[in-house]
Amino acid sequence: MSGANRVLPGFGLSLGYTLAYLSLIVLIPLSAVFVKAAAMDFERFWSVVASERVVATYKLSFGMSLLAASINVVFGLLLTWAIVRYSFPGKKIVDALIDLPFALPTAVAGIALTALYAPNGWIGQILEPLGIKIAFGPYGVLVALIFIGLPFVVRTVQPILEDFDAGFEEAAASLGATRWQTVRRVVFPALLPALLTGFALAFARGVGEYGSVIFIAGNIPFVSEITPLMIITRLEEFDYQGATAIASVMLVISFVLLLVINLLQGWVARSTPRAI
Amino acid sequence: MPFSLMTRRTVLVLGTSLSLAGFAGAAAAAELLNVSYDPTRELYSEYNAAFAKHWKEKTGEDVTIKQSHGGSGKQARAIIDGLEADVVTLALAGDVDQLYKNGGLIPADWQKRLPNNSSPYTSTIVLLVRKGNPKGIKDWGDLGKEGVEVVTPNPKTSGGARWNYLAAWGWALKQDGGNEETAKDLVTRLYKNTRVLDSGARGSLTTFSERGIGDVLISWENEAYLAANELGPDKFEIVTPTISILAEPPVTVVDRNVDKKGTRKLAEAYLNYLYTPEGQDLAGKHYYRPQDQKAQEKYKAQFSPVKLFTIDEVFGGWSAATEVHFRNGGIFDQIYDKKS
Repeated sequence: MSGANRVLPGFGLSLGYTLAYLSLIVLIPLSAVFVKAAAMDFERFWSVVASERVVATYKLSFGMSLLAASINVVFGLLLTWAIVRYSFPGKKIVDALIDLPFALPTAVAGIALTALYAPNGWIGQILEPLGIKIAFGPYGVLVALIFIGLPFVVRTVQPILEDFDAGFEEAAASLGATRWQTVRRVVFPALLPALLTGFALAFARGVGEYGSVIFIAGNIPFVSEITPLMIITRLEEFDYQGATAIASVMLVISFVLLLVINLLQGWVARSTPRAI
Repeated sequence: MPFSLMTRRTVLVLGTSLSLAGFAGAAAAAELLNVSYDPTRELYSEYNAAFAKHWKEKTGEDVTIKQSHGGSGKQARAIIDGLEADVVTLALAGDVDQLYKNGGLIPADWQKRLPNNSSPYTSTIVLLVRKGNPKGIKDWGDLGKEGVEVVTPNPKTSGGARWNYLAAWGWALKQDGGNEETAKDLVTRLYKNTRVLDSGARGSLTTFSERGIGDVLISWENEAYLAANELGPDKFEIVTPTISILAEPPVTVVDRNVDKKGTRKLAEAYLNYLYTPEGQDLAGKHYYRPQDQKAQEKYKAQFSPVKLFTIDEVFGGWSAATEVHFRNGGIFDQIYDKKS
């Protein structure tokens, strides 16, 4: 590991800078959560994080985030495809619209979605007679998470697809591949790592989302309570330790899931021949 | 190199003097931050203008009053976490108590500093139903009936919601044969009928009035009148229950903050003005029940008669009520943890 063997100078400086910066911005604030939670004895910690009601929120938060990220991968890919591969009037506007969920304050998104999907809203009044309830229930959470997660998928896949040479598809076609074979064997493998990254980002964003979900969820225990709300509830009770205990569990689950996705992505990247 | 160094220093000096100037400017125009709960928006926006005028006439000084509104508990916590409120006007004494218990921002006997338990106005909890009262709701007992959908905020995050809960509980106790068991049964059924638990009173009002959710909204009296009179007299009706709770939203200066900022005199004057005929009149105008006799007479007609009980009488005060009902694992949590 000695620097003398490296061709590129500055390893020590850049690594030192990286570590210092990461510590300051990410590690120290996050470790404060664990330090605070560690002040509890294990029994109390466990009674907080494993109570039935809190466990129900993990299921909702992580389940809906995974589902929303999956839906975003499918429709985000379609959207990206349309934007990159075709030209149509208003394309620039569509492109800009995709970034809106990034920029919009989440509370505004939540209120707007609630107004739309409430039983008396534009969309809600169509769905209500069909027996579909979106706002004030678990599916409200899903809708909000799909909304905020979409740009993550589109923006990670877009540059890869833009760089992807249409010549590969032409080559595949001229070698006798069907359209479906071309998509499945040529285009999709090249996009898979980016799709996984987009999925991971959308998922991580969804797990932590509070502002928009709180308006549309209804927040009924065991039905539509998300984990961040449990943390806020603990804070309202001036139970800082309980709040950090739940937060630390969330952090650990998120970290493990993101690590798995990253490993998966590395494996995919290695096992597929580089297309470009 | 020397040039760039000089520029940088110049910029630094300039920057410092600019920020100092900004600081001096801020100190000249007196400023107060009033941290309040959800439904007082309309009251304080009018009251602040009236006080600023009064203060200008009396002292010749300009004063700017900033307002912050939100769930009462959340507001208290924000102050404990460092929000530099000069005065608080929260929904319940229990939340103000936290300023003493968690951080000693105010003295223990804060509630004795102003008349009427430091509550310049009172309120109560009533029921808001849709026009024509299609579900025939008359009293607290009807909220536990099958097929009635209730909207009320989460008592964990909303002060108003705690009053709502305690009002229903107290009503049940005061019925013939009422006891702890029947009271618990009523609130259990009431919350089983609740489909949306917003984090604050204003959120619940929006859910009920704008989103069309629920048959009945449990509401602050002033919120209910605001909704019925201003959002739509043709849409809502107020049902005043036979018995309800006397809600005393207290006010106090936040000692540590006013002493640090040097705003004590102004903050105290601001709160005292609430007790003057002008302040009392504004409270009545915004559907709070004034303490002052004359204002009471003036606004008597707008409130329906209701038998009121106090939290001290039935629950032994906020600390005891919180401990039994709202603490982690308390009766409110038990309603939901017994998932049936």
